[in-house]
Amino acid sequence: MVEQVTRPHARNLVRFARAHPEVLVLSADLTASCEADDFRTAFPDRFLSMEMAEQNMMSFAGGLAREGFRPHVHTFAVFICRRPYDQIAMSIAYPNLPVRLIGFLPGITTPGGVTHQANDDLALMRVLPNMTILECGDATEVESVLDAAHAIAGPVYVRNLRGQVPRLFPAHDPMVLGHCRELSPGRELLLITAGITTEEGLRAGAALREKGVELGHLHISTIKPFTDPQVAAALCTTKRGVIVLENHSVIGGLGSAVAETMAELGCGVPLVRLGLQDTFAHGASKEYLMRKYGLDALAVVGAAERLLRKEFGIDESVLAAVPVTAVTGAKAEDL
Amino acid sequence: MTSSQSHWQESVNSVALGIRRRVLRHTLDNNGGYLSQACSSAEALATLYGKLMHLGPSVGPATPAPFPGVPGPDNPNYFTGAAYNGPHGPEFDRFFFSPVHYALVLYAALIETGRLGEKGLDHFNKDGSTVELIGAEHSPGHEVTAGSLAQCLSQAAGIAWARRSRGESGHNWVFMSDGEFQEGQTWEAFAAMHFHHIDNLTVVVDANGQQCDGPMDGVGGVEPLGDRLRAFGAVAVEVDGHNLDALVRAAATEHVARPLVIIARTDPCHGLEALRARGPKLHYVRFKDEAERAEYRRILEGM
Repeated sequence: MVEQVTRPHARNLVRFARAHPEVLVLSADLTASCEADDFRTAFPDRFLSMEMAEQNMMSFAGGLAREGFRPHVHTFAVFICRRPYDQIAMSIAYPNLPVRLIGFLPGITTPGGVTHQANDDLALMRVLPNMTILECGDATEVESVLDAAHAIAGPVYVRNLRGQVPRLFPAHDPMVLGHCRELSPGRELLLITAGITTEEGLRAGAALREKGVELGHLHISTIKPFTDPQVAAALCTTKRGVIVLENHSVIGGLGSAVAETMAELGCGVPLVRLGLQDTFAHGASKEYLMRKYGLDALAVVGAAERLLRKEFGIDESVLAAVPVTAVTGAKAEDL
Repeated sequence: MTSSQSHWQESVNSVALGIRRRVLRHTLDNNGGYLSQACSSAEALATLYGKLMHLGPSVGPATPAPFPGVPGPDNPNYFTGAAYNGPHGPEFDRFFFSPVHYALVLYAALIETGRLGEKGLDHFNKDGSTVELIGAEHSPGHEVTAGSLAQCLSQAAGIAWARRSRGESGHNWVFMSDGEFQEGQTWEAFAAMHFHHIDNLTVVVDANGQQCDGPMDGVGGVEPLGDRLRAFGAVAVEVDGHNLDALVRAAATEHVARPLVIIARTDPCHGLEALRARGPKLHYVRFKDEAERAEYRRILEGM
């Protein structure tokens, strides 16, 4: 079974900050909710409570970054990307300042409903020049994302995970900027996942391979820039179709990035974008919402059936019985 | 009054007159300009540059450099316009300019104080120039990008926090317009500065009572501005914004653990009485016809 890691960001933030004295943490009244409470205890002088006032927090962070600090803004992804959008654009992104926007509860990972769900954050951040976007898919990536971001001189938006986080990738195999992870080879269909959808993709992939489908599976952690040559090569060599499964609207996120790349490269196979189909969601459990909006393994199986014009007879009980184990063998080629 | 006192006032007054004349001339030559802002803010800007701010000499080129391309990982050539406010250093003050549609007025102030070449305005609003109509951080005298309004104060507050944490003695001055107090972010910034005890920052507000749609009291209210600011934990002083001594006295107001705000009550037609006939909307002045233009040209010749 997959190991569940408790509050990996809380520990990682303290470790990372110890090595980088220029790191500050800014929080808008969601400090424990964003696992920045251990940092606050360890480095009270480097913790800035910015009240429930995100607009000021973003511009203030820009000012700190201009003076050589590395502000790590912590709040929910939705509160980063919507209300203070102009402040991020003008006070952070335009001057290309090294502010880290650490966003929690991406997509439907919150029962908080429509006000708390960041289903458009990737679209909003992707369109900002100078912005790098990283998404964590497991505990290993949560533990390495701050180091990956640190190499970037400009702003970084991190789609992060909190609480109990599965470890899908070995702890010694960190997130590498601009590199996908090849979770399985295969040239018939290509499945592309990121964040929490990778675990669903692993489940669907195992069931489909059992039925003889040659399914390639790539896990993406650098959403922008979307320039990994390994992704381009896989898109161009896949024979029957590409499936993207994302915890986001199908407009403007990973599916759109894949579509743009395929169009530019002339990859002449169909693309199925699984995600929120241009709809808001509502408050309920993650499992319920993933099923309701087609963000789960069953949705991947359905897409594969449509692309291959076959029926595999894979139902929920089959998928539930698929053991998802940590990915050990596959590692991104060092291109 | 000692001679050195009268000297600074004469020199600051002459800068203020120079700002008005230069902006009026530009408005005539280009048939348009932010003229009322020059009339309201000339004394405040002249006093900031001539008396209040501790700045080193300009290190910006006399002839403004062309636009170097937007900032980004592939552009090592980007610069800000802060060089015209002197070098950065722990002991030096910093100046942050928020209502950047006043850019023409700031450029004029830089020229009048010898920080920008005499011909700097020749580049104003020309394609490929940094002397932009609405200033951005690459524009002379600007340090941050503030054009959507109310973002400058928060950025300056972050810089002030950082400078305090390093024990720097230099002060941080923010120039704002009163219309920006309609934006929620301004009040978020004051709440945060109070909470974080930021006192190495002074805001000078050009309270000219004007905004794009016309007189502010017909668009929305920010009054009583002083009381509102004090309720948010700032020390606020209201003065006649055309009175140099009053501005300087206000700047000396004690403000321990709090920011100081100088509300400079100003007249958008000060020093250019004819402008009042164009009211009540004074945000941007474009002359109606040749006769009006000739009238203003005569006024300029007499200034």
